[in-house]
Amino acid sequence: MTQTPGTSTTTSAPSLSQAEDATPGRPLVSVRGLTKTFGDHRVLKSIDFEVPVGTVTVLIGPSGSGKTTVLRSLNVLETPDTGVIRIGDVEADFSTAVTKRQKKALRAQSGMVFQAHNLFPHMKVLQNVTAGPILVQHRKQADANSDAMQLLRIVGLAEKADQYPYQLSGGQQQRVGIARALAIKPHLILFDEPTSSLDPELVGEVLEAMKGLAAQGWTMVVVTHEIRFAQQVADQVLFMDDGIIVERGTPAQVLTAPSSQRARQFLRRLLDPL
Amino acid sequence: MNGQNLILDSLWPLLQATLTLTIPLTLISFVLGLAVALAVALMRLSSVPLVSGVARSFVSIIRGTPLLLQLFIIYYGLPALGLTFDPFPAAILAFTLNVGGYGAEVIRSSILSVPKGQWEAASTVGMPYVTTLRRVVLPQATRTAIPPLSNTLISLVKDTSLASTIQVTELLRVAQEAAAPTYQFFALYGVAAAYYWVVCLVLSFGQTRLEERQNRYVAI
Repeated sequence: MTQTPGTSTTTSAPSLSQAEDATPGRPLVSVRGLTKTFGDHRVLKSIDFEVPVGTVTVLIGPSGSGKTTVLRSLNVLETPDTGVIRIGDVEADFSTAVTKRQKKALRAQSGMVFQAHNLFPHMKVLQNVTAGPILVQHRKQADANSDAMQLLRIVGLAEKADQYPYQLSGGQQQRVGIARALAIKPHLILFDEPTSSLDPELVGEVLEAMKGLAAQGWTMVVVTHEIRFAQQVADQVLFMDDGIIVERGTPAQVLTAPSSQRARQFLRRLLDPL
Repeated sequence: MNGQNLILDSLWPLLQATLTLTIPLTLISFVLGLAVALAVALMRLSSVPLVSGVARSFVSIIRGTPLLLQLFIIYYGLPALGLTFDPFPAAILAFTLNVGGYGAEVIRSSILSVPKGQWEAASTVGMPYVTTLRRVVLPQATRTAIPPLSNTLISLVKDTSLASTIQVTELLRVAQEAAAPTYQFFALYGVAAAYYWVVCLVLSFGQTRLEERQNRYVAI
């Protein structure tokens, strides 16, 4: 588990440049000049950002702004056209040919939580969580099981270990998804709109679990429309529109007093849809 | 000899033919055929054009020609190329390839029916292609594939009667041989039909059981 006692997510809310000054080591994640085109559509037009270890970065922006593509690129579910991604000690320059081994190494740095949870429906909850550790990392079943039970306790679902995903509520399924992402012991957790397909009443329990992880010092990158979550938990907010990062800074800077017209307009809509 | 005695006397030889030839022919061909079908389905899904092209051609030929003709080509035709088979292996080969062609399409579509998110989730926990296929995709595809593959199996039981044309003394052939000298075609073919039906009935029960088992992880 990536514990960083020096970084408190509640008191310090550094902007990108301040974070570089404040952190003696280099940031956990560094993204430079990322571009991606789907057909004729330029989804990403040169994306640069960094994520200091132990911090929470929230990506917000309208649909089609490219935020999910950025997140999926960090896990190499999308292969960027150009640009460099470094996570921990693994770096890949997508302007050159990236080998399968490089992609695999980069992917192993992060765990992913999907909007549609994508749990394995034919496996029980415990097996979902231990699939990575046992089938990929070849850890002993007993060890993997006890670690998985520990993770399920963290997300409050230890008593559901022996059930199939379909027997759980949407919020519980999503929390199993979080436990599964943590089980591979990543340096970074990625969340792709983790609450967007949940009933409003179930959103809270998932955000609570995520807040808990942030408080424990996990480094997280979150694509979400939950502004309150961003305000409370984020160290850094990136507002994206049309393939570029339009604004970046602390939640106070980006969410409360955005400088661009586009961000103001988007946030107004988000807070007051009518 | 009257019809009744003939039926009674034929029950055992026909049962013997069912147990020693019809059923083994069916099961061996089906198991081998499924292996061929899986390989062809994966080839068909390959992004390499040559590989998927070969698979596509195979399926096209198998589905586009009569099974009886495939059997004749293997048993009567291949010796011209120096490949001679005994009747039973020739039948196994023909039925295996036939199941392979039809089964490939079933397995391919079942694999495609598994949501893309399952592949993605498997890759985010680090699973390579083969592990993803074995542990995530095929177990879910199985659920989709059981009804159509059961159809293939049940058709195969009856298709094995075609092996009677290449000297395999399976159920139909034994019935023919018993009926010919006595002209009791109705009685003997009736017994043979009943045996085929019972075998298919048992397989249908098996299908139901399998489907129930597969449904354990879905909300009904």
